[in-house]
Amino acid sequence: MSSQLTTSRWRIYRRSWTGLWRKFARNRLGVIGLGLLVFFVLMALFGPFTAPYDPTSSSADILKPPSALHLLGTNEVGQDILSQVLYGAQASLIVGFAAAAISAVVGSLVGLIAGYYQGYAGDLLMRVTDVFLVLPALPLMVVLGAILGPTLFSIVIAIGLVGWTGTARLVRSQTLSVKQLAFVESSRASGARDYYIIFSHVVPNVIPVIFAQTVLVIANSILSAAVLTFLGLGNPSTITWGQMLEFAFTSGAVTSAWWYVMSPGLCIMLVVLSFSLVGYSLDEIFNPRTRKV
Amino acid sequence: MGIGYAVNKLIQTIATIFFVLTFNFLLFRILPGNPFALLFRGPGFSRALVNQLNAQFGLDQPLWLQYLKYLQNTLIGNFGISYTYRVPVLSILVPRLLNTVILLLTATAISLVVGIAMGLVSAWRRGGKTDFAFSTSTLLLYSMPTFWLGLILLFVGVIYFGLPVSGMISLNGELTNPFALSSIVDLSRHMVLPCLTLVLGLTGEYVLIMKGALLDVFTEDYMLTAKAKGISNSKLLRDHALRNAALPMTTLIAINIGLAVGGAIQTETIFSWPGIGLLTYQALLTRDYPVLQGCFLVVAIAVILMNFLADLLYGYLDPRIRTG
Repeated sequence: MSSQLTTSRWRIYRRSWTGLWRKFARNRLGVIGLGLLVFFVLMALFGPFTAPYDPTSSSADILKPPSALHLLGTNEVGQDILSQVLYGAQASLIVGFAAAAISAVVGSLVGLIAGYYQGYAGDLLMRVTDVFLVLPALPLMVVLGAILGPTLFSIVIAIGLVGWTGTARLVRSQTLSVKQLAFVESSRASGARDYYIIFSHVVPNVIPVIFAQTVLVIANSILSAAVLTFLGLGNPSTITWGQMLEFAFTSGAVTSAWWYVMSPGLCIMLVVLSFSLVGYSLDEIFNPRTRKV
Repeated sequence: MGIGYAVNKLIQTIATIFFVLTFNFLLFRILPGNPFALLFRGPGFSRALVNQLNAQFGLDQPLWLQYLKYLQNTLIGNFGISYTYRVPVLSILVPRLLNTVILLLTATAISLVVGIAMGLVSAWRRGGKTDFAFSTSTLLLYSMPTFWLGLILLFVGVIYFGLPVSGMISLNGELTNPFALSSIVDLSRHMVLPCLTLVLGLTGEYVLIMKGALLDVFTEDYMLTAKAKGISNSKLLRDHALRNAALPMTTLIAINIGLAVGGAIQTETIFSWPGIGLLTYQALLTRDYPVLQGCFLVVAIAVILMNFLADLLYGYLDPRIRTG
């Protein structure tokens, strides 16, 4: 009996996954984005094994343009830029994921509570959200990052604590609409408690929206992390694409070595683009507000 | 009537400013490791200066009293003493703020005009080739870090166009009269690259907003009615579509002011434009906490006030908001 149940449940899941994929595959830009995204995830996983040089070992080849020896050239201390780009994928992606995870958790909690408990608590939470929405994000992150010190961890915290407002508003509006559905009302009428309703009715209905939103937040987080690192808030001994650009700028190599600036910047741009494309595509599928009729 | 709406918004604005002040106070005092020791005991400050700051900010007193003193000091513009410059923070902030306003206003004005025009064309010829080209370039520009865009423009500007890439004025040409034609030309030449960076960074957002707002308006019944009446396309756009699309534009532009400030920090850093953004960067490098705190406070309050103005404008433009 129980195995029968799991089989049928598995079938439902499998059907919904293939259904989701079919919907997703209809959006050409979303598929392109997914392809790019897979490429960068593979780069983060296997980059360090495929790098031709040790990214930290310097050589006498200082600021050499791309050649057969160094496919993407070398930097101001003679390190191989291709190897640095390959190594840099990991930290760049992890920072984006971690910061977006914080935003997702904070935003979802605030949104759920504010949407479910309308009253003083909900009002207060939404006011706080509005305040954060008005505040200029980058200066706020800069101040937080400066106080926490120049590490990847403080960058993650700074971005995560600033980037949750969009998610909170979205989750709140979704919670409000789910709450009014008939089956939630009948569940409440038959004596279900708040936490039961929240976790078995509201959360499952809101999770797809949170997922799509979080993919978009990852894109923004990676972008913000690059900016904060460029402004000198990163840990100089960790290789990230933002850190490479910071060194290019502070060493004064920008006006002579275009290859030093192009490759890490292109990586940031393409990885942000990939998450944005996938995020928009998922948003179109999951979010009834933006769904095309 | 309108008064109630305005008062309501004013109260919200004041509450937000208070929140920022409190946040600023707590951030630099409560966090472990580096409380006011950092703010008021800069390296190399004389004993007398430290004592003076201690008295001014009441550092030996309980936290709530410190908070009151902090509010009082902030209100009269006393943000402490800069570590690096050894002068009151406010005297550094004011001229820098002016330079940022010059850059931001110019860039915002240009990108608004360009963005509205591009959004208009995109919405009108939705699905066409122009729309596709605009949408793609918008998406690409949006994915670029502004500082990277600046670095590329710096490279191109210096190699191919010989444009000045640092500061606001040439150092050799001593500034005698800031309103002389030669100084204005000099300033404009210095502004080309930072302005272009900001415009490219900001326009995408405006294109998207404008296109979205117009597409919403296009589906309204009154647009169909107007078309059925047989009025010309240009009249339809000008009198019906643009007027109604202007409403969501005002609030979204206000929200984007925060974004523009973020872009300004990056742009000023790259082109050494002596504004608040460059000051923030320099304060970060030298760990000049009083200056950093002052920059954040000034920028945050400026953005909050701009949002307040946009809310008022929105209420003025849309009578439904005022009474509702």
